[in-house]
Amino acid sequence: MERRVIFNNKALPYVLLAPQLAIILVFFIWPALQAVKQSMLMQDPFGLRTQFVMFDNFIAVLSSPHYLASLRTTIVFSLAVTLASMCVGLFLAVMADKQIRGANIYKGLLLWPYAVAPAISGILWLFIFHPSIGFVGLRLREIGIAWDYKLHGNHALFLVIVAASWKQVSYNFLFFLAALQSVPKSLLDAAAIDGASSTRRFWSIVFPLISPTTFFLLMMNMIYALFDTFGVIHALTGGGPSKATETLMYRAYLDGVVNLNLGTSSAQSVILMLIVFLLTALQFRFVERKVHY
Amino acid sequence: MKHFRQLKHLPTHFYLILGVIVLAFPVYFALVGSTWDPGTIARGEMPLIPGRHAVENYLQAWRTGSGERVMGAPVATMMSNSLFLALAISVGKISISIISAFAVVFFRFPGRMLFFWTIFASLMLPVEVRIIPTFRIVADLGLVNTYWGLTLPLIASATATFLFRQFFLAIPDEMVEAAKMDGAGPLRFFLDIVLPISRTSIAALFVIMFVYGWNQFLWPLLMTTSRDMNTIVMGLVHMIGTGEAQTDWHIIMAATILALLPPTVVVIAMQKWFVKGLTETEK
Repeated sequence: MERRVIFNNKALPYVLLAPQLAIILVFFIWPALQAVKQSMLMQDPFGLRTQFVMFDNFIAVLSSPHYLASLRTTIVFSLAVTLASMCVGLFLAVMADKQIRGANIYKGLLLWPYAVAPAISGILWLFIFHPSIGFVGLRLREIGIAWDYKLHGNHALFLVIVAASWKQVSYNFLFFLAALQSVPKSLLDAAAIDGASSTRRFWSIVFPLISPTTFFLLMMNMIYALFDTFGVIHALTGGGPSKATETLMYRAYLDGVVNLNLGTSSAQSVILMLIVFLLTALQFRFVERKVHY
Repeated sequence: MKHFRQLKHLPTHFYLILGVIVLAFPVYFALVGSTWDPGTIARGEMPLIPGRHAVENYLQAWRTGSGERVMGAPVATMMSNSLFLALAISVGKISISIISAFAVVFFRFPGRMLFFWTIFASLMLPVEVRIIPTFRIVADLGLVNTYWGLTLPLIASATATFLFRQFFLAIPDEMVEAAKMDGAGPLRFFLDIVLPISRTSIAALFVIMFVYGWNQFLWPLLMTTSRDMNTIVMGLVHMIGTGEAQTDWHIIMAATILALLPPTVVVIAMQKWFVKGLTETEK
């Protein structure tokens, strides 16, 4: 889309674009290129010599059993977070979309967790599920479950999934509610007259109509689970116990910042970039289709 | 008939109230924890109702951020750092995005689409995936432990640029004609017409960006090593440490409640703009 009426000025548009472009070039494009370059170099242990190794770092990363284990953890973690927060969000949105009293109050009371930082969400749930002081943690031990997220990998994974999903419910709720409110009421009335039950009306009319939003949220939640949950994991488990909660993002951080392994951590960054690229491309393809029908 | 309808909605109310309770539950616990003494919490005897130590716990957290076992920076310091970060990021993102969208929409110049796609490409490079190379560049520029290093790499915004672009494309040509006929140059047009009619978009973006800035974690974690530069979110994670039972939970929980207040208040107070901003920018 283009404007017909424009201003004529040679230098001004460049001046206006300069700050944004400068930041993107220096802090986005340049580091991304650096990551690609570093991912094909290998440093000797003393950092004295650097050698071009092509895809050796990628091969080393992708054939490492630890990396494959954290890939598996990431898949389990992001699918669980996406599914849990989307299902709860959709359910609450369907409820809040009904013609009931106080619908706006419910909306207000359901959307504030969006404002809570992932790391803080981790701290809040830690306090509840702490094995020796947490309210739920203690109750679990009382009923005979040896609950301890610092010892058992599956307990830890469960806890980070809960903390990461809790914060994300509001986001999904809000988008689903907006989508539900744009479903034409006449369609639903017509189906009701034809005798379709409310369950039937939901799955045959509403659900297909909101599928673009569902797909969009699927992508956004995957990106959230892959990257933004770093704080949850860092605050709760630090990737442990014995790597049970180490996602790809957390591993890239450990290799780059803690273990200072530039080559392999850059290779991991490049892999993560490819994942974001893929998700974004998928999303835009779908949005395009939606616009043109 | 009316009564019948209200009864029919009982399960709906039940599920919604359940949802509200489940979402509020962790924060309620933190709130209760912030009002008890450390001994009660460490023995696992904390009841479900608030205790009597609220005032002293909050004052201690605010002034020192430390207790017997926790050594933190004063919450007051960390919160003002976070406030600075959140304001710098939101104001910065909005300012540079509104002028770049203005340039792309209201001018024709060589390289226009190239620049537009360059901004678009930044969408695919979240700070997390380029964290290590970005850190090295900021370190090379000597910006570690400075407010510039903390904020500058985070203030480019493809989403804000897109939102403003969409909005500017919808401004009627007649309006631009009229302004030009009255002798307004591009800057006058920007200041007197574009800026005032963009108010709601600016408010909507502000809520989203403020929350984004306040909640930053990984970047401040790498960028600030000195304690008086700590933001509240990363400072809290430092205070938690390994999460021992014997730590000063009363201080940590008071600090947690204080940390989540500002973004939550902004979201609730500006709910209308928040919903608009979220559903329009990200779609």
